[in-house]
Amino acid sequence: MYKILKAEKLADKIILMDVLAPRVAKHCQPGQFVIVKMDDKGERIPLTICDYDREAGTITIVFQEVGASTTKMADLKEGDAFRDFVGPLGCASEFVNEAPEELKKKKMLFVAGGVGAAPVYPQVKWLHEHGIEADVVLGAKTKDMVILEQELEAVSGNLYVTTDDGSYGRSGMVTAVIEDLVQKEGKNYDVCVAIGPMIMMKFVCLLTKKLGLPTIVSMNPIMVDGTGMCGACRLQVGDQIKFACVDGPEFDGHLVDFDQAMKRSQMYKTEEGRAMLKLTEGDTHHGGCGNCGGDN
Amino acid sequence: MADVLKKVPVREQEPKVRAANFEEVCLGYNQEEAMEEASRCINCKNAKCISGCPVAIDIPGFIKEVKEGNIEEAYKVIGKSSALPAICGRVCPQESQCEGKCIRGIKGEPVSIGKLERFVADYALEHDINPEGPETTNGHKVAVIGSGPSGLTCAGDLAKMGYEVTVFEALHELGGVLVYGIPEFRLPKQKVVAKEIEKVKELGVKFETNVVIGKSTTIDQLIEEEGFEAVFIGSGAGLPMFMGIPGENANGVFSANEYLTRSNLMKAFDDSYDTPIAGGKKVAVVGGGNVAMDAARTALRLGAEVHIVYRRSEAELPARVEEVHHAKEEGVIFDLLTNPKEIFVDDSGNVKGMKVIKMELGEPDASGRRRPVEVPGSEYEIEVDTVIMSLGTSPNPLISSTTKGLETNRWKCIVADEEFGKTSKEGVYAGGDAVTGAATVILAMGAGKAGARGIDAYLKNR
Ligand SMILES: Cc1cc2nc3c(=O)[nH]c(=O)nc-3n(C[C@H](O)[C@H](O)[C@H](O)COP(=O)(O)OP(=O)(O)OC[C@H]3O[C@@H](n4cnc5c(N)ncnc54)[C@H](O)[C@@H]3O)c2cc1C
Ligand SMILES: Cc1cc2nc3c(=O)[nH]c(=O)nc-3n(C[C@H](O)[C@H](O)[C@H](O)COP(=O)(O)OP(=O)(O)OC[C@H]3O[C@@H](n4cnc5c(N)ncnc54)[C@H](O)[C@@H]3O)c2cc1C
Ligand code: SF4
Ligand code: SF4
Ligand code: FES
Ligand SMILES: [Mg+2]
Repeated sequence: MYKILKAEKLADKIILMDVLAPRVAKHCQPGQFVIVKMDDKGERIPLTICDYDREAGTITIVFQEVGASTTKMADLKEGDAFRDFVGPLGCASEFVNEAPEELKKKKMLFVAGGVGAAPVYPQVKWLHEHGIEADVVLGAKTKDMVILEQELEAVSGNLYVTTDDGSYGRSGMVTAVIEDLVQKEGKNYDVCVAIGPMIMMKFVCLLTKKLGLPTIVSMNPIMVDGTGMCGACRLQVGDQIKFACVDGPEFDGHLVDFDQAMKRSQMYKTEEGRAMLKLTEGDTHHGGCGNCGGDN
Repeated sequence: MADVLKKVPVREQEPKVRAANFEEVCLGYNQEEAMEEASRCINCKNAKCISGCPVAIDIPGFIKEVKEGNIEEAYKVIGKSSALPAICGRVCPQESQCEGKCIRGIKGEPVSIGKLERFVADYALEHDINPEGPETTNGHKVAVIGSGPSGLTCAGDLAKMGYEVTVFEALHELGGVLVYGIPEFRLPKQKVVAKEIEKVKELGVKFETNVVIGKSTTIDQLIEEEGFEAVFIGSGAGLPMFMGIPGENANGVFSANEYLTRSNLMKAFDDSYDTPIAGGKKVAVVGGGNVAMDAARTALRLGAEVHIVYRRSEAELPARVEEVHHAKEEGVIFDLLTNPKEIFVDDSGNVKGMKVIKMELGEPDASGRRRPVEVPGSEYEIEVDTVIMSLGTSPNPLISSTTKGLETNRWKCIVADEEFGKTSKEGVYAGGDAVTGAATVILAMGAGKAGARGIDAYLKNR
């Protein structure tokens, strides 16, 4: 069992947890993820490592309640435990293995959308600890949904917060901010790292392709084992098929087939809808919602 | 009086009934039936059956005890050679191993060695008869990677010799393919697999799940930082292959590993578990091995009409005869000499059909089997909503790519000798599917035993 040492609500339906997992904390790097399983009957849920404390042996995760499993997970409290917590999985961000002199020459722009702030944070923090100040665009739907602002502020060069509805920071989508920075505010970047919902990453990539700005994205396809055993997480990247859990999760965003990836994410829509209804309405739900078509 | 040329028939669930449940298909012998079947064995002096068993169980020896009703004694005889008899009795391809060599098979049917082994092992599980462990440990620490049959066997054998063994497993359950691949209806997880693993635990073996070697820690770190003096790699061959045909990334195309993992490991067939599975209404399973049969019979139980699409003919089906027979009885349809060319995808990204082509058998290829060749112009379309690719698997490079000095061959298999499982790296041994590529449970167990002998010799001579 993996004990939860802290559980905190960061925003509506966004939860942060510190979990005791010494083996993971000892070896993880920015860019990697874990898979958690709540209890005997739970799903294996992949979550990016948001922070780690090697001494204390803890891993910080941040997740959004989007379906049955994450909603159940949100009920876990300090002192509770996950049945399973495995990692670190996937590859570290490329820069972790780059020569420091080379890296220092690069101007990096991070773009975080929604809970994407969680995976962006350890990367920017790592760079900061290695003497590199990266700029960060932090986007959210509305003011209340902005997370990890102070944490990012402390480790980034310039932090640009934007909300879709203009209730806080700049106004508009992250793509508008990138465009302004590069085209109006004279910023020059060598590489962009964009992490957030697939649709956001897709549009960031369409833009940065136009701007000639190489872009790395962190893909979050449906996974099962996370060790390369099932192929559920496969993606079309250029002319190759890649398994996100072992070859990624980070890829050259200009090569990723986002449309296919987004369709693949919808794979279990009906089953998930049913699971959510079962969770909210109990076991008595047998059709009639127009969503799952009942029991057959 | 029963016909001595024939096996005592084994009770099975009716095909119609079992096609709709996940309970075990074969119900096994009771003691009376087992004793009767045992009496068919003529206790050959130069017993050929033993040479057909990769772990050389003293087959006439244990059968003799069954014949006399000494089941506990029979278990002890088997236990000298095999740590997982309830599993092997169920899943070994007996027809090409022990039973294939049985003298009785020349005139009639061979002795039902597998079913007898299963009966003895199940009796031991039910009556809590345990293998004998060591008196004391010798203080030497050995790490085993992977809890499949090779790792479990190596760990069990080393523990019996007095070593302190820890098994590291990447998944959240122990058993490797036995829990994530082979379905419940062929190999019950709680009743059989978990219980046999429990016996390995009773020998003093420690288990740590959720540890991915190569990620959570490395072999070098196990040796340098955690004090392990030797390592056995039994990490299997879990990497699924795809065909590379158009449409293969559509929703509804699965590797057999994904489909089976969802159903077996994650128990998606049981509504009270959270993991979903899209069972499909009309399913094509591409391939003809044990894995394909398991995927097909799982899809059937999830309510689908199921077709096996296989490019050679029935004679070449690599699956165990019993599995093919069971699949047919349950209503799986065999589209033989047929190969996929393309998967058709609708606007939402879902499978809507598959183009296949007829094949015929040409000259024998390197494997000695006649090579299938396409019949020009014979393409046609089949309507399916799900395609399960069961084309084989290869070893996962996670370990080889993170371990200094570990040699692999061009199929990414770890290079290890057969007798002792010795690899190119000092103190590191390997066996099972990680070395041979996808093979069988009993060969993996044999390799686990070899690895244990190798590690014992290495640590004694150090
Ligand atoms: C490498 C990786 C890192 C991730 N990091 C984070 C993170 O840091 N924070 C966060 O909130 N979310 C993260 N996710 C997404 C998270 O795993 C899903 O939101 C979660 O699995 C949804 O489960 P559910 O049962 O609550 O929702 P469901 O209703 O089952 O699904 C909602 C949506 O989530 C996706 N999803 C469902 N099951 C899975 C699965 N097994 N694996 C991946 N995606 C799935 C699908 O797109 C689906 O449409 C990450 C995913 C991946 C692959
Ligand atoms: C669906 C299916 C049906 C089959 N049916 C039969 C049958 O009827 N009869 C038969 O004889 N054989 C059958 N086989 C083949 C047989 O199961 C395998 O040959 C056998 O299980 C191989 O054993 P193993 O110990 O080498 O590896 P596996 O059983 O594959 O076990 C390897 C274990 O190592 C773990 N692992 C992998 N990498 C790491 C890592 N880096 N760190 C930690 N742990 C790791 C894996 O998670 C797994 O648990 C079947 C296989 C499948 C897939
Ligand atoms: S282990 Fe397998 S091959 Fe050996 S006797 Fe038992 S069933 Fe036959
Ligand atoms: S070959 Fe057949 S008859 Fe002879 S000992 Fe073996 S099982 Fe018995
Ligand atoms: S999640 Fe199974 S291979 Fe990636
Ligand atoms: Mg879910």
